[in-house]
Amino acid sequence: MAEGDDGMELKRSERKTPLLDELEKGPWPSFVTEIKSASGGNESAGDLLGQLELSYEDKVSHWKHGGLVGVLGYGGGVIGRYSDVGEQYPKVAHFHTLRVNHPAGWFYSSDALRTVCDIWERHGSGLTNMHGSTGDMILLGTTTDHLEPAFQELTHAGFDLGGSGSAVRTPSCCVGMARCEWACFDAMKLCYDLTMAYQDEIHRPAFPYKFKIKCSACPNDCVAAIARADLSVIGTWKDEIRIDQDEVAKYATSGMDIQRDVCGNCPGKCMDWDGKQLNIDNRDCVRCMHCINAMPKALRPGVKKGAVVLIGAKAPILQGALLSSVLIPFVPAEELLETLKELIQRIWDFWDEYGTNRERIGELIQRVGLAAFLDGIGLDPVPEMVSAPRDNPYIYYQATKEGEE
Amino acid sequence: MTTTPLQPRITDIGPPAYDKFLPPVIRRNYGAWKYHEKLGPGILCHVAESGDRLYTVRAGTPRLLSIESLRKFADLADKYCGGYLRFTSRNNIEFLLEDAAMIEPLKQELAALGIPVGGTNNAISNIVHTQGWVHCHAAATDASGLVKSVMDALIDHFTHEDLPAKLRIAVACCLNMCGAVHCSDIAILGVHRRPPKVQGEMLTKVCEVPTLIASCPTGAIRPVPGVGGKQSVEVIEEQCMYCGNCFSVCPAMKMADAENDGLSIWVGGKVSNARSAPRFSRLAIPFLPNNPPRWPEVVEAVVKIVDVYRGEARRYERVGEWIDRIGWSRFFELTGFEFTRYHIDDFKHAGMTFARSAQVRH
Repeated sequence: MAEGDDGMELKRSERKTPLLDELEKGPWPSFVTEIKSASGGNESAGDLLGQLELSYEDKVSHWKHGGLVGVLGYGGGVIGRYSDVGEQYPKVAHFHTLRVNHPAGWFYSSDALRTVCDIWERHGSGLTNMHGSTGDMILLGTTTDHLEPAFQELTHAGFDLGGSGSAVRTPSCCVGMARCEWACFDAMKLCYDLTMAYQDEIHRPAFPYKFKIKCSACPNDCVAAIARADLSVIGTWKDEIRIDQDEVAKYATSGMDIQRDVCGNCPGKCMDWDGKQLNIDNRDCVRCMHCINAMPKALRPGVKKGAVVLIGAKAPILQGALLSSVLIPFVPAEELLETLKELIQRIWDFWDEYGTNRERIGELIQRVGLAAFLDGIGLDPVPEMVSAPRDNPYIYYQATKEGEE
Repeated sequence: MTTTPLQPRITDIGPPAYDKFLPPVIRRNYGAWKYHEKLGPGILCHVAESGDRLYTVRAGTPRLLSIESLRKFADLADKYCGGYLRFTSRNNIEFLLEDAAMIEPLKQELAALGIPVGGTNNAISNIVHTQGWVHCHAAATDASGLVKSVMDALIDHFTHEDLPAKLRIAVACCLNMCGAVHCSDIAILGVHRRPPKVQGEMLTKVCEVPTLIASCPTGAIRPVPGVGGKQSVEVIEEQCMYCGNCFSVCPAMKMADAENDGLSIWVGGKVSNARSAPRFSRLAIPFLPNNPPRWPEVVEAVVKIVDVYRGEARRYERVGEWIDRIGWSRFFELTGFEFTRYHIDDFKHAGMTFARSAQVRH
């Protein structure tokens, strides 16, 4: 039951939300219906609806800046949120969010899902995001006094909070080997192992800014690692694409124009189809996935599998958006965890030493130069790191060190 | 209703183990999948080396879900999938079945719940989006309402695989761009268009002035004397590019502006490495009005892009690859969008986007 402006209790159906009601019409499932559904059992969901209607009327957000709220011993995982119209909507005056570290690949048992629902029925608004942009399960809206009890019930049920603020953010990954024949490394296991290795760095922010890790098990990059992770791990393979020529022929028989649509779209110009046989010159293959995507029954990645490690992606704030760029062209799958842990430590040491407040690692590399960054973390430059060598002649030559030619 | 915290107090346990919630068919075939087949919109069939088959039914959700809906999904997982389900990186829900005969009954139950099945292969998948007015202080617009309005108009392309290639749409409610909005086939981005309004009294109480000054990427914030002799700041308005970073570090730098906030539309980005390299989305429309609850101008623009793309692109061409082939001048001609001074980059490295050849299409 929501409290009305006149102090009378309003049934949720009586709350006037004409603008939001418009968003219950049409074929796509409606978030307004979801909020109304939760408001049946929870007053804060009802007040959320009221405040949101107000935003739809006056076209501004009515949330204030986050405050410092959290659970004992953690510096993150809770997003503090306060309403600027709390007198009008008292049940969302304090409306904090819990980020709950999702299971890798977003797999749940129905029992686990119900357990989280039950906890959130006792301690929050009954509203969730499945899932937040970074990957966490988002439990949307509760008050400060419920944070610690909710957290303890979550950990007793086997869930923990994810990252927020200037910390390692909850690592995420694609479905990987659980359901994809293209997985070049065990993305779910790697993601889990890294998450467990950095529990302290996830829960206790100690960096210049956020640090995101994402693992996509093939170059299709289903978690957009290259676009948004400071450290992007993207699967690839070293040897030859596996071909089943009979299946290639079946795709041709079924009407696929293999020469135009498959070979013609190959960025490495490394394949041709003579009407009977698909020939691939793997030396020129850039491992883009197009031919494999087009003919999944006929072509598969090779068997020498691993990943490309890239660094530095971010959204525009502050110095413009960046895509990650190559740091290590190939790490064998079985060496990924150890290699990454060592590399990440060196990256963090450098960032800790030279990064400024709110400077992502990609921006730091832009500022000091990739070559200086490589010197700093002790990695040798290789041609795979650049799209082309420099075209300007202003080279910062270094003085020859003693004992060197 | 505060309860006594449970004992012992448990911390730093991390998420459930990566293999804890995997259905038996996946446990048996983990890392041993051979190929997959398309069985129609929203339905995938993965075949393992062992010969086992796994059927996936993918359905769209509004992302903002009540526990009532989650419990309904859990019930469906019990009834059809042995008690397991998963979500995707684009807010879809996936039911994983071993028995192909169960696909149709499950689809009918989802239809009865108003949950559309689709989003696979050459379809529009669910829209990745941010919190908007539902839960964010920095939002220039709402996100959920935009997604609902756009998907209502495009749902036939979610439930049918009728596009030249996959098409990925994203919504971000401000320039912070939570999610990979900047690398989407079509991105809808909330924008501010006026400098922050300094709330002098609040600023002296809650903000650290040196941090605030340092937060501005264009050096547009400078110190001035404030209330009660304390230090405050002023904004050199012509230097402000409305990024909102100052607001992130200091709530007294008020960005929200009902009159001037709105939306911009970006096209041609991708994250996959297939064919062409990953790339950013490029500006298509610099400003559309913030017009809730249905944002008709935004919906019209997005539908226009999808329609023109669907009519003009070749098989396998993503939006950006299609524009590579036809050129930007034809993109603006075909969509009817106006090319303006705002489309020409004037931030760092802007010169890299100037046309540096005599190759011109006519």
